[in-house]
Amino acid sequence: MIFLSLFLTFFKIGAFTFGGGYAMIALIQQETLSHGWMNMEELINFIAVSESTPGPLAVNMATFVGSRMGGVFGAICATLGVVLPSFLIILIIARLFHTYAHNKYVEGAMDSIKAVVIGLIASALFSVIITVFFGSSASQGQNTSSSGLIFAGALLAADLYLTRRKLHPIAIILISAGLGITAGYAGLL
Amino acid sequence: MEKKKQSVRTLFTAFLKIGAFTFGGGYAMIPLIEREVCETHHYIKKEELADIVAISESTPGPIAINSATFIGYRTAGLAGAASATAGVVLPSFLTILVISWFLTQFESFRAVRYAFYGIRISVIVLIFNALLLIWKQSPRGLLPYILMAASFIAVTFLNVSAILVIAAGLGIGIASVMASRSIKKAGETK
Repeated sequence: MIFLSLFLTFFKIGAFTFGGGYAMIALIQQETLSHGWMNMEELINFIAVSESTPGPLAVNMATFVGSRMGGVFGAICATLGVVLPSFLIILIIARLFHTYAHNKYVEGAMDSIKAVVIGLIASALFSVIITVFFGSSASQGQNTSSSGLIFAGALLAADLYLTRRKLHPIAIILISAGLGITAGYAGLL
Repeated sequence: MEKKKQSVRTLFTAFLKIGAFTFGGGYAMIPLIEREVCETHHYIKKEELADIVAISESTPGPIAINSATFIGYRTAGLAGAASATAGVVLPSFLTILVISWFLTQFESFRAVRYAFYGIRISVIVLIFNALLLIWKQSPRGLLPYILMAASFIAVTFLNVSAILVIAAGLGIGIASVMASRSIKKAGETK
């Protein structure tokens, strides 16, 4: 049943979300791709959508996938699933452990989670680069032309420069969208 | 009792506001929480907020949700936790629900397809920035470097489940604290 499956999958994602949304791309990728709920290209598009709308990536992803697979009720099931683990764990900690954050074992576990999270984000970065530059199996010949590749490389360099200038992520997304449209109509892609 | 009911309601609206204006991750919302929860409503003290953020970082789930639940519970018990959490989730839930109805039709326009071509490239930069940010906060040393490389290789090339990798990371972190403690103890008894 789709509703139960949405709830359980996003419960799992919620329970293992550490270190912010980007750390969870690899996890969300594995879970949603294996269910066939999304392909890699849609996932990357949605990361940009999520960045331009309020709310954490994991929650936005749950609402989006839930709605597409099971309508409004699907969205409710998936969102409830992703929120519930944090809600329950925080209730227990707020009640029982006031010194939780300064516990030696918690600190040790968090130190090694930070290292693991770097591996996970690097993995997400790797698969996004592969998809964007070489196209996933689901994309129809995206980025096959050499002028498309050159354009992508140039835009990547421009984006990196803009982030160094501390431009807001949404501004960078919008500029990239504008350049994509211009290049598309100019026949570069 | 009446006062508690009142704070359950204000918690909902305060976190509704926080949820609606948080773009780009949990850390961006901390100043907003500080203003709404500490300065406007005096639910918790600023020093307490630092502790709550530390706990929210070291428990699973998005920081936004964790801190809403925590502050809600501190202020008005279970009902407070539920209303603060519902408040912080609702704006993004409604926004994404509406977007999910239109995004697919939207993507059939040629201009939108071109736009997303450019946007996907900017996502590379967004993820790269997240990587740099966590790299700056991450511990240094042989064990962390091994963990970074091992989790990257396991998830990217060996198709190991990310959940398994995270669980292993938690276990190794706890085990390393235990090991360094017992070494210390052994040193002391000598």
